Amino acid sequence: MAWGFALPFVLLFMVFMVGPVIASFAMSFTDMRSGDVKSPFAVSFVGLDNYTQMFGDEKFRRAAVNTGLFVLVGVPLTMGLGLAAAVGLNSGIRRFRTVFRAGYYLPYITSIVAVAVVWRFLLQDRQGLVNTVLGYVGIDGPDWLNSTTWALPSLIAMAAWRSMGFLMVIFLAGLQTIPRQVYEAAEMDGANSWQRFVFITLPMMRPTLLFGGVLTGIGYLQFFEEPFVMTQGGPLDSTLSVSYHLYNQFSFGNYGYATAMGYLLFVAIVVLTVAQFRLLRDKT
Amino acid sequence: MTDTIGRGPGPVVTGPVGTPVPAPSLRPSRAPSHWRVYAVMSAGLLLVTAPFLWMLLGSVKSESELRRIPPTWWPERFTLENYRELFSRLDFPVYFFNSVLVALLITLGNIAFCSMLGYALAKLEFRGKRVLFGLVIGMLMVPGMVIFVPQYVLVANLGLVNTYWGLVLPFLAGPFGVFLMRQFMSAISDELLDAARVDGAGEARIFRSIVMPLMGPGVATLGILTFLASWNNFLWPLVVAQTEDMYTLPVALALVSVDQNQTNYGLLLGGAVVVIVPIVAVFVALQRYFVQGIAMTGLKS
Repeated sequence: MAWGFALPFVLLFMVFMVGPVIASFAMSFTDMRSGDVKSPFAVSFVGLDNYTQMFGDEKFRRAAVNTGLFVLVGVPLTMGLGLAAAVGLNSGIRRFRTVFRAGYYLPYITSIVAVAVVWRFLLQDRQGLVNTVLGYVGIDGPDWLNSTTWALPSLIAMAAWRSMGFLMVIFLAGLQTIPRQVYEAAEMDGANSWQRFVFITLPMMRPTLLFGGVLTGIGYLQFFEEPFVMTQGGPLDSTLSVSYHLYNQFSFGNYGYATAMGYLLFVAIVVLTVAQFRLLRDKT
Repeated sequence: MTDTIGRGPGPVVTGPVGTPVPAPSLRPSRAPSHWRVYAVMSAGLLLVTAPFLWMLLGSVKSESELRRIPPTWWPERFTLENYRELFSRLDFPVYFFNSVLVALLITLGNIAFCSMLGYALAKLEFRGKRVLFGLVIGMLMVPGMVIFVPQYVLVANLGLVNTYWGLVLPFLAGPFGVFLMRQFMSAISDELLDAARVDGAGEARIFRSIVMPLMGPGVATLGILTFLASWNNFLWPLVVAQTEDMYTLPVALALVSVDQNQTNYGLLLGGAVVVIVPIVAVFVALQRYFVQGIAMTGLKS
């Protein structure tokens, strides 16, 4: 009887999700190309060739560095902004809380493609809003998306802008679990607000911060739409991501190689998640 | 939670940005710092919403005004020309229809299938239950980037490339929905279900007449989050939709925007509005379910 409830889901789930996970593992050890689609079992095994090929692939190495930078810079930046917004909302203000929360959360529900289109305009050299505003205070802004120096930071800034509201909601829920009395006791002992933040808020928020950081990191490891729409990976591959490179290899028909890269991303995600559990267990 | 989640929608996109407002004088000793918090939060809100305001204003400017240096803030002359062109010369009605249809089918499928499995996992005992739940949770970690190539090979062999079935099938049974519905279902009291069983109701009847009517908030949360994810999904429709009549909105917008021959700024901004505004409307109307969804999945996992 219970299996009757489970069956429709399980069938679809096995065929369209679990099956492909297993298949992609197998495919990553083959030389499968787009021509083999109709006979996927006729391909030859090439062992670890696809994996070793990555290390010699100049574009992949560049993409891996870019993706690493995106995560290492983007995650702390987004967490800082999200935490600041959450602390602000939780600071005892009463009016406009709903407006603030909805406003900060808004970018997170929008399509990355659509906001990337908008940001491409914002970041234009001379017609762009960003450089116009910078011009008001006498700064001559660069041509953000056509500069090998500034293109990747621009994409990171946009990602942080889009995701901070998500972390704000998660962090806000975490902040609300900290009992008021703890703060009041510290206040009586003479702790100022900065000390209360560093010695109470941050330690008590540790699990929530880690959780939010890992979720954001998992998302950022796969960044794809931003360079696809805003820079096409350029200039000079300075915004090429692993996901984008993977997609390009798929478009060229190199299915085996593309899935191998996908598996590497998966491993990175698993490592990140396991690291979170380790870190949580250490001190709590 | 002392927080009042989503009480009243409140202006979101075009609302006036509050000037710093003095704090209510309930706790006078904290009033000065409240003033600073309002100032910083308002400045932040302006920065966060500025791209949307600029998009809305830009979409009703003429092409020549959009190319002006320096750019204008307020449109000198309002025009709906961009929207007219999107919906008459370009095929945006078709893309819009495709996006709605695909998102609705995926949402309905998830509500049905995830509720059923969620009920079995939360309230019934059966062989393989733990393994199945472990598999579902494990699948939550697997990103679309890892499996889209074999999914594409599968869909191609089923002859479903460039069809609605091809766009919908791989997303009908999402692990996230099972996890969410199981959480909601666990809250139903066992006594209630046992009483129904004693009265002779079968499991199908209990599920239909007792469990699902209690699942309003759960279904709403799952429905909204699924619809949102599907509406914004990009990679899979980019791969599967190969002719223009199958494009969804994000695919159409992205491909128009990277087309070297198509550099009409107004059309692109108007297109972005068409993708963003429907979701924002849903969000404003049903905000508390979004927040509930995050709270349920984020903090109890």
